[in-house]
Amino acid sequence: MSGSTTTAPRRARSPKAGGPVVLRVPEHTTEVVSDSGEGAQRCGQIFGMVSAKMGNGAWTVEIIPAEIQPPARTPGSASGIRIRIGTRPMTNWGDAANVVVAFNEQVLLARHRLDALAEDAIILIEDQWETHDDEDIRKQWAEAMVELSTRGYRIIGVPMETQCLTVTDNPRKGKNMFALGLLCWIYGRDLDVAREAIRLQFRKKAKEVAESNIALLDLGYGWAEAHLDFRVDVPIEKPTEPMVVMNGNQTLAMGAIASGMELCAMYPITPATSVSHYLGEVFEDFGGIVHQAEDEIAAVGVAIGAGYAGKVAFTVTSGPGLALKTEFLGLATMTEVPLVVLDVQRGGPSTGLPTKVEQGDLLSSLFGAPGDAPKVVIAPATIEECFHLVITARRIAEALRCVVIVLTDANLATGVQPFPRPQFDPRWQSGPPDLRPVAEGVKPYDWDPETGLSRRFIPGQPGGMHTLTGLSHDEASKVAYDPESHERGCAMRSRKLAVLQQTLKPPEVYGEPEGDLLVVGWGSTKGAIEEAVDRARAQGLRVSSLHLRFLSPLEPGLAGIFARFRKVATVEINYSDRLGDPYITKESRRMGQLAFLLRAATLVDVDCWTRVPGQPLRPKQILEGIDAMMPGSQR
Amino acid sequence: MTQPSCSFLGCGVMDDDDDRSWVMEDYAGGVPKWCPGCGDHAILTAVERLLEAEQLPPERTVFVSGIGCSSRFPHYLTTYGFHGIHGRALPIATGVKLRRPDLDVFVVMGDGDCCSIGAGHWIHAVRYNVKMVALLLDNGIYGLTKNQTSPTTPQGHTSNTQPRGSYLVPLNPLTATLGVSNASFVAQTADWIPAHLYATVQAAFRHNGFAFVRVLQRCPQYTTDLFEAAVRNPDLVEMLVHPDGVEAPELDKIFKNRRVHDPKDLDMGRHLAEGFDRLRLGVFFRDESRQRYDDLRRQPVHTAQEKIARLNREFDKYAV
Repeated sequence: MSGSTTTAPRRARSPKAGGPVVLRVPEHTTEVVSDSGEGAQRCGQIFGMVSAKMGNGAWTVEIIPAEIQPPARTPGSASGIRIRIGTRPMTNWGDAANVVVAFNEQVLLARHRLDALAEDAIILIEDQWETHDDEDIRKQWAEAMVELSTRGYRIIGVPMETQCLTVTDNPRKGKNMFALGLLCWIYGRDLDVAREAIRLQFRKKAKEVAESNIALLDLGYGWAEAHLDFRVDVPIEKPTEPMVVMNGNQTLAMGAIASGMELCAMYPITPATSVSHYLGEVFEDFGGIVHQAEDEIAAVGVAIGAGYAGKVAFTVTSGPGLALKTEFLGLATMTEVPLVVLDVQRGGPSTGLPTKVEQGDLLSSLFGAPGDAPKVVIAPATIEECFHLVITARRIAEALRCVVIVLTDANLATGVQPFPRPQFDPRWQSGPPDLRPVAEGVKPYDWDPETGLSRRFIPGQPGGMHTLTGLSHDEASKVAYDPESHERGCAMRSRKLAVLQQTLKPPEVYGEPEGDLLVVGWGSTKGAIEEAVDRARAQGLRVSSLHLRFLSPLEPGLAGIFARFRKVATVEINYSDRLGDPYITKESRRMGQLAFLLRAATLVDVDCWTRVPGQPLRPKQILEGIDAMMPGSQR
Repeated sequence: MTQPSCSFLGCGVMDDDDDRSWVMEDYAGGVPKWCPGCGDHAILTAVERLLEAEQLPPERTVFVSGIGCSSRFPHYLTTYGFHGIHGRALPIATGVKLRRPDLDVFVVMGDGDCCSIGAGHWIHAVRYNVKMVALLLDNGIYGLTKNQTSPTTPQGHTSNTQPRGSYLVPLNPLTATLGVSNASFVAQTADWIPAHLYATVQAAFRHNGFAFVRVLQRCPQYTTDLFEAAVRNPDLVEMLVHPDGVEAPELDKIFKNRRVHDPKDLDMGRHLAEGFDRLRLGVFFRDESRQRYDDLRRQPVHTAQEKIARLNREFDKYAV
C-alpha cells in the first residue's frame, strides 16, 4: 500500500474487484484515540481481549489524559489505547502504531507529535469535521492535514457519526463500538467472540445497553466490509494450554482472593483504585470485604488490626498513599504483624502524574520509615506475575511476620495480556485463626537466634496475653530501652530478610551469560528491555539483560553475574541525572533507584539509563539507551 | 460468644462450658508507671473491676491504645494489647473487630491522641459504630512529652508551647461526638468519682455499638487545678440520671444536683453537653438501634473448596 500524501483524507471506496488486499504480518499495532469520555479505551480493551481470546498474543496500554474532562478537540484531550497483537506472546507496547482509528484530527495530532505513529500508518478518521458548520473547526482540520502530510500516512475518512446515527441517538457514546467493528473486520476477528466480550464488559448495566453496543459493532463491521480495501492477518497459533486474559489490577485482585486474604482496606487513589472496584464486585462472594477507610493511614491501620487479629490483610495504594502509610509500616515492622501492601506506582513526587507510568517508589518502599524498618519488596514484571506474586507476598508476610510491599505500575495496572490460567491450591486459602493455647514460658518474640523467626501470637490464644508495642522491646514484648535489647531487636528483624534471600535462586540472565553490557531492570519494563536486547544482539552488540523480582532482599549472586560483563547498567522509569548536564558529575550525579541499590549492594560501578516520560518505554528508546551505554560509546 | 454468621465457627474459641473464673488480680499486668495522683490509676482500677464483673476471658479481650501517658494502659493489664502509634488506635481496633467479632475490644486514648492527631479517625469511628468501648482519658494537656497545649486545654492555661496561655477555647469532645451521624453512645465521667466511673464504663461495655466515654481527669504535673472547684464542691456537678443511662445510688447523697435525662433525647443531650453553666456527668445519648458497620460487613464462612470453585467460575469469564 502506498501512503497518501494528499492533505485531505481519501474518501473510502468500495473494495476493488478481487476483494481487499490482505497484509499478512507476525504482529501489528493499532491505536484508538478520541476525546476523553468517548470510550476509546473500552473499545481497545475489548479488541485486545477478543484478540487474546482468539489466540493472538496481546498487550494493551492506555493513553490517558490527566484531567477527567479536558476541552474536547484538543491535543491535550487525547485519550485512547494502543493494542499490540501478534502470533507470539506480546510483552510490551512496541514502538509505533500501524493502524489508527481517530475520532477527530486534534487527538490524532497529539499522537503524531509524540512520534507514536508508524511512517506508513493507516489512519481511519471521523470525517465530519472536514465539512463542519463551524468555520474554525474546518480551518483546524485543514491545518492538521497539512501538518500530518509531512509523513507518509494513509488517511481514510470515515463517516462515523452519520453511520452511528442510524442506530443510536447519541453517537458520542456509541462511536467506540462502531470503531471496534471497523477493527474487527480489518483484523478478521470473530464477531461472536466480540459480542460475548461486549456482554461481559456491560454486565453491570441493563441488558439493552450491551445489545445496542452490539448493534454498533455490527454496523462498523459492515461498513468496513463495504468500504475498505485492506485487511490485516496476524496468524493465530492456538495456545497449547488454557489461557485467561485480564488487566493487571484485576489480576492483582484475583491473586489477593486466591492468596486467602480476606480484607482489603483502602482509600481511593489513582491508578490503584480499580483493584478495589473489582474486589468490591466479587470479594464478598468469597467471604472477604473491601473496607474503604476514611484515609490512607486508617486503611493500613485497619489492615494491621486484622493482621494482628489472626488474618493477613492488605492495603492497595499508590505513591502518595504509601507516603502517608509509612508510620504504620514502621509499626507493623516493629511489632512483626504480617501485612501486604500493593502499590500501583504513578508519577511523582507529590501529586505528580496520577494516571501515568513511573517506577518511583522503590527507594521509599525500602527506606520510607523512621529508623531501620526492613521490609520485603517485590515487583511483578508481567500481568501473570501480578497474580502469583500477591500469593507469594502473603506467604512471606505470614512466614516472616513482616511487611511485604508489591510494586506494580500504571502500565501493568491497565494493560491487558493473556497468560496461562492458574491452577488454585487450597493451601493458599487461610483457615480460621490458630487459637491453640500458648505453652507456658513461650514469649511473643521467641526469636530463633539464628533466623529471627518466631511464632505469631494471636488474640484468643489462651496463655499468650501480652501487649504488642511500637516501642523498642524485648522477647517478652516488654518495653526495653537498653542498648542490648534494641540492638537485638533490630538484628532479629533484619535477619529475616537474609534468611529469605537464602531461599531465593540467583536470577537468570536473558541472553549470553557474559558480554559487554548487562541491562538490569525491574517491574513492567521486562518485555520492552528484552525486545531491545534482541534487536541489539541482532545488530551484533554483546548485550544481555537481567530482570529482578525481589528488590528487598535482592536476589542472590548478583556480584558474580555482574563480574562477567564489562559494564552493568539499569533501565528504569524513574529520574536520574545525566552526565554532561550542568553541574552533573560522577560525584554529584543522582542515580536511578535500582542503580543506587545495586551500587551499594555489589560495589560494582553500575550505570543507569532512565527516563520519566509518563508512559512505558518503547523498545526503540531502550535500544538507543543501550547504544549510548555500550562500553566505549561516546556520550 | 461466637455469632452463628461469623467466620470463626470452629476456630477453637472456648465453649460455654468454660468453667474458668477470674478475679481482679488475674487481669493486672505490669506495675503502672504513671505519676502518683494520676487519674489513669483510677481508670485502670475501674476497668479491672469491669473485667472481673463481666468475667471476660483475658485471651479474648483486646486493649488497643495510641501514644501518650494513657496509652500505656494495655501494658498494665494481662489481656491482649496493642500499643500502637499516636492517634491511630481506632483504625487498628476497627481492623481487629471487623475480622474477629468474637473478641471484646477496648480503645484507650488521650486528648491529644483522639482529639488532635487522630481526630479524623475519631469522627469516622463514631460513624462506623463498630462495637467497642472507646475511652478518652482527657486531662487537657500533653503530659508524656512534658506540658504542651492540647485541643482540650482550657483557654488561658499556660504550657511550654503556649507560655502566654492557650489562645483558643477548648474543643468539646462531647458535642463533637454527638454531632457525628450514627453516634450511638456518648457519656462523660470523672476520675475522682470511682463509683460513677465504674458505672459508666460498665454501661459503655454493655452498649451494643461504639461507646464513647470521656473521662475527665487531672494531670498531677501540669493540670492540677483542672476541675478543682468541682472536685471540692460536688454541688458544681450535675448528674444525668436515667434507668437507660448511668445510675449510682450510693452517690445520691453527695451529688444533690441530679437531672433526669432520657439518653434517647439527642437534642437535649447535645444541649446538655454544651455545659456552659455546669459540669455534667452521665450518659448524654444512647441509641442501640443505630446500624453497626461490623454487623453490616459480616460475611458467611466459605470453605477453600467453595472459594476455588468460585474463582474458577470467575476465571471462566476471562478464558481464552
